[in-house]
Amino acid sequence: MERLEPEVALGRSFEKVNAILEKHGYDSANLIAILQEIQEEYRYLPEEILTYVATALRVSPAYVYGVATFYAQFSLKPKGRHIIRVCDGTACHVKGSEKVLRAVREYLGLREGENTTPDLLFTVETVACIGACALAPVMAVDNEVFGPMDEERARQIIEEIEKRSEVS
Amino acid sequence: MRFATRSDLEEYIGSLKKQQQKQRVLVCMGTGCLAKGAEAVYRRFAEVLAREGLDVLLVLDREDVVKQHFALCPTGCMGICETGPRVRVEPHGIQYLRVRPEDVEEIVEETLKKGNIVYRLVQSEVLPDGRVQHWPLIKDDPFYRKQVRLVLRNCGTIDPENLDEYLARDGYLALARVLTEMTPEDVIGEIMKSGLRGRGGGGFPTGRKWQFARMVKADKKYVICNGDEGDPGAFMNRCLMEGDPHAVLEGLVIAGYAIGAQEGYIYVRAEYPLAVKRLRKAIQDAYQAGLLGENILGTGFRFDIRIKEGAGAFVCGEETALIASIEGKRGMPNPRPPYPAQKGLFGKPTVINNVETLANVPAIILHGAEWFRSFGTATSPGTKTFALTGKVKNTGLVEVPMGITLRELIFDVGGGIQNGKRFKAVQIGGPSGGCLPEAFLDLPVDYDSLCGAGAIMGSGGLVVLDEDTCIVEVARFFMSFTQSESCGKCVPCREGTKHMLNILQKIVDGKATLEDLALLEETALVVKDASLCGLGKTAPNPVLTTLRYFRDEYIDHVVHKVCPAQVCQAMREFWIDPEKCRACGKCARVCPVSCISGRPKVPYVIDQAKCIKCGSCFEACPFDAIVIKWRRKGNA
Repeated sequence: MERLEPEVALGRSFEKVNAILEKHGYDSANLIAILQEIQEEYRYLPEEILTYVATALRVSPAYVYGVATFYAQFSLKPKGRHIIRVCDGTACHVKGSEKVLRAVREYLGLREGENTTPDLLFTVETVACIGACALAPVMAVDNEVFGPMDEERARQIIEEIEKRSEVS
Repeated sequence: MRFATRSDLEEYIGSLKKQQQKQRVLVCMGTGCLAKGAEAVYRRFAEVLAREGLDVLLVLDREDVVKQHFALCPTGCMGICETGPRVRVEPHGIQYLRVRPEDVEEIVEETLKKGNIVYRLVQSEVLPDGRVQHWPLIKDDPFYRKQVRLVLRNCGTIDPENLDEYLARDGYLALARVLTEMTPEDVIGEIMKSGLRGRGGGGFPTGRKWQFARMVKADKKYVICNGDEGDPGAFMNRCLMEGDPHAVLEGLVIAGYAIGAQEGYIYVRAEYPLAVKRLRKAIQDAYQAGLLGENILGTGFRFDIRIKEGAGAFVCGEETALIASIEGKRGMPNPRPPYPAQKGLFGKPTVINNVETLANVPAIILHGAEWFRSFGTATSPGTKTFALTGKVKNTGLVEVPMGITLRELIFDVGGGIQNGKRFKAVQIGGPSGGCLPEAFLDLPVDYDSLCGAGAIMGSGGLVVLDEDTCIVEVARFFMSFTQSESCGKCVPCREGTKHMLNILQKIVDGKATLEDLALLEETALVVKDASLCGLGKTAPNPVLTTLRYFRDEYIDHVVHKVCPAQVCQAMREFWIDPEKCRACGKCARVCPVSCISGRPKVPYVIDQAKCIKCGSCFEACPFDAIVIKWRRKGNA
């Protein structure tokens, strides 16, 4: 996979954004899907693009910004290439998800308030429920679900991905 | 294959039934089993069956030939996810658990070829007298014995990505009957008679909802399937969408016909990528088969379905917020009335039904309202799916008749509490529901009984808590969830949940007083009464029920500063064992509040009044001289 630095991404023309807007018929009812696809492309929602989308859909930038900040999935800051989601749903919570989260953050050396590693390889998030409660506590990396987790397994999984990333 | 008429469809289904493979190897490919490596098991089966020449799909109807061949079939969730990857061999009904790729060879050799059971892979239990009891057959397994699978009828037994498999089980026959024999009023009448109530939690009669929308005159109407299953601890709808997507589609089309809509949306939460993938495939197949789109089965009825993916907001499970989200707006609720049935999506009459509600519809149409009423209770007919999780032995997806007691559900189906611990409470209905103690174990599970006890049916999350779970901490956990998911539109919910969370935090931190407890209760009642939507109205339920049934535990935290379950970190004390202490001083150096003092060669001492229980000294001590003691009542 091609590695995109945020500045490089922004320097590009809005071609891809245009294609996404086109696909959704420039309809503001599809704003959430549009933002999802833009985030898929850039791994976050750059401010310039939000303004551009607003103009193209003939709504105010505040409207687009409002939607972008309402939903947990959207990020206005660059996200890592791999998204680690530690589940903190009820079942995971009572089975010790906090320890897993602590271990993951510690392993990646994330300081308080930080969610993304400086090399933009990993972003760590918590989610309210992945829906795999029977395997609690669970953790998902990108779209793959792992469980039951403990501190050691969580570290192993991240190590594995780090190794794969070095190769590619 | 495109079905131009109902008889086309019936003829095709008839031919499918004739060729139905009697011998099948079913590999569960639900999210749970996939996470445990089901894909590798499936691939290994494909390899071994091909090598042995057992994989030929037979269309012959001759018993002797059919017997030698096995159809390999990936399925949706079989229910008991913890023991995955699961494999089932039909027609024997043998089930294997925790199957690894290296076990496949033996299953093929022993079970498929010789009909023997591989005992090391079957469900077993050590009886009190030391004997081992095996449950190789599904029909004997206590986990399945008390279950009645109506909604989950196909979940775990068919390939969800293959339309033929759904059709072979009378799929879309209900739709065919509706479109050719019944008027919309007939359909609504049948659903009303069945007594089906909304499975999303509220329990509103589905037929009445449809009737309201039917009566409103409008040029356009919509039906929405609510798959925004956001309750932490619930995954029934995910399993259903993943395991039997066509049942959901069929229910949605029937709902559309009943109210006079031609467009339907399925709103799925962002965290369910596999469900989205399988629904998309199902929709595509249904269009190709002429079961969606224009002129369905030659009746002139048109219906289109679109998928809308959520973007992570719990409040979007609320009807009016969900509508706003589909319209591309912030998912904030609106006051009702007007109800969506009058003025909903894009200002048009709209019916919103939960995934499970819709999956019930085809079965009711096919078998009739009377049949449906034969399950469950008089006021809550039918069954309910639950996600049974927490400290229970058999965690997974279950479906039981309404009216079953909590005890049967937890101890018979669920197999009781893990590790021989004591049952403490069951949290039912997620962040909007309540915690019920042991005294309620014989309560029948139906909408009205649960409401009376202060809990709600909810969508079906059922988390079992044991003696090691701190009830106050659980209440705090739910409050932190609802607080962060509150959309902020109305003051009682936005501010009230915040204050309640602060007080609960104070309690688990051991800093609260009895006045705080009174304030917590007062605030909870205000939030419940004054909030705009369901999220705020139900957010205080976990607090109110725990205060009602576990007040002693709150008092322990507030007055005695004791956490009986030994969970709340602030209720610990750190002591230095003078025998082990070498007076190295490491602990004193790491202590952030400088509450450890000592001199060379004399054991160090922690000032309990100043200690903030951070645990730094415990981690720093090279001699394990720091001991943690849990405060008990009376030894303060």
